[in-house]
Amino acid sequence: MARVIVVTSGKGGVGKTTTSAAFAAGLALRGHKTVVIDFDVGLRNLDLVMGCERRVVFDFINVINGDANLNQALIKDKRNDNLFIFPTSQTRDKDALKRDGVERVLDELKKTFDYIICDSPAGIEHGAITALYFADSAIIVTNPEVSSVRDSDRIIGILSSRSRRAERNEPPVDIHLLLTRYDLDRVTRGEMLSVDDVKEILSIPLLGVIPESESVLRASNTGTPVVFDPDSPAGRAYVDAVARFLGEQREMRFVKPEKRGFFRVLFGRA
Amino acid sequence: MAINLVQGALFTVMVVRASMLRDPSFEHELARQIDRSPRFFRNAPVVLDVRGVGGFETADEFARARDILRHYTLVLVGVQNAAPAQVEAAAAVGLASFAPTAAQPARAPAETAEPPPPAARSRLVTAPVRSGTQVYARGTDLVVTAAVSPGAELVADGNIHVYGALRGRALAGANGDTGARIFCSRLDAELVSIAGQYLVSDQLPSEHRGHSVEIALVDDRLTLTRI
Repeated sequence: MARVIVVTSGKGGVGKTTTSAAFAAGLALRGHKTVVIDFDVGLRNLDLVMGCERRVVFDFINVINGDANLNQALIKDKRNDNLFIFPTSQTRDKDALKRDGVERVLDELKKTFDYIICDSPAGIEHGAITALYFADSAIIVTNPEVSSVRDSDRIIGILSSRSRRAERNEPPVDIHLLLTRYDLDRVTRGEMLSVDDVKEILSIPLLGVIPESESVLRASNTGTPVVFDPDSPAGRAYVDAVARFLGEQREMRFVKPEKRGFFRVLFGRA
Repeated sequence: MAINLVQGALFTVMVVRASMLRDPSFEHELARQIDRSPRFFRNAPVVLDVRGVGGFETADEFARARDILRHYTLVLVGVQNAAPAQVEAAAAVGLASFAPTAAQPARAPAETAEPPPPAARSRLVTAPVRSGTQVYARGTDLVVTAAVSPGAELVADGNIHVYGALRGRALAGANGDTGARIFCSRLDAELVSIAGQYLVSDQLPSEHRGHSVEIALVDDRLTLTRI
């Protein structure tokens, strides 16, 4: 049975699109047929981060409005046969997201895909609400920083009360915390909230901690989801997070000081 | 699509005890209180609490009370703790009937065909109260057994108990019950209020921050006690 996962945060700029891309690629690498959909109508970024911006013909809004069918809009990733991207419109805005249209599209996608990832826009308005409405699972992307934590708390509250599952009194959306841009040095210096601080405030299970890494910017700029970069600590952390999501046990890396090898010390942090 | 034309809303309304109205020094004291903050009291809605007071059985008496209060710029909008006959008399001059206060005195009704309705059970919330969420326990106490996030709001006509960290707002005695109290395991509140008297985070004594505290209204002032 296909599972719809929303990647949301409330706060903007914390790593939703990076996470959506990495998670989708991670699931595809594990053999699951996965599609990642951009819900940020008018401010689309997913196509850039996935490296398919030059192949966009039809988009999510076209399909919702019946101007094109799913096959014309879905873009197959060149690196992995299991991975598909569903870009959105850049010229329209979030009013174009009609809930019944979105439902129809998701129902059709569920016939062929194992996982459907919804990359939510920031905020708590129509775009974000539509992205989370049909979710079975949610990944709350949070930076270890007070405003991000406050906004994540808000979006968790909204997920608990305004998702379709909540409205229909069905089993609740399965909510997970993903802490991103974690900088262990700053946490040790007391400049940044720790994992435990955030866990205490948000009270949701921790899916993973993604360390701050320069490789993420490189990944966006080259249109390569960070999990495809073997040298990236963030990429490795995403792979761990995907494994945990699939039910495996993985120790949380990047939250304790690692023993540094001689060459690491010589050349500085990766 | 059905629309509710009359929606629920929450207001803080002041209460004047009818017994005080009978006191000869009442008007003088009232004038002094209003004088301290005239803008706050101008056109402020007021409810007359007729508990434990004889009389107030005719529309005229309510009209007179209303006129006295109006003289001091207050607007009498309703009565509280009124017996059925008093409610009728008050209604005759356009006054509403407000929910009774939690602690009901032994005002034995002359004869009642049916037993009084059972006291409403406390409202229990066991999941974390997230930022942006408002919970209102109408006519009863509110018990929360999880954390209350900053930006969340708890309102109760009765007491509020938080067996967890209280980081948001807590407003007890929302219908004017000055005997309501707030209890929490960990005080980190943005604002606490009992019957409209409030303190913001900055005003909370720092020695109680982060601790188990009981907050009550004593002599019209919010007092905190470690529990």
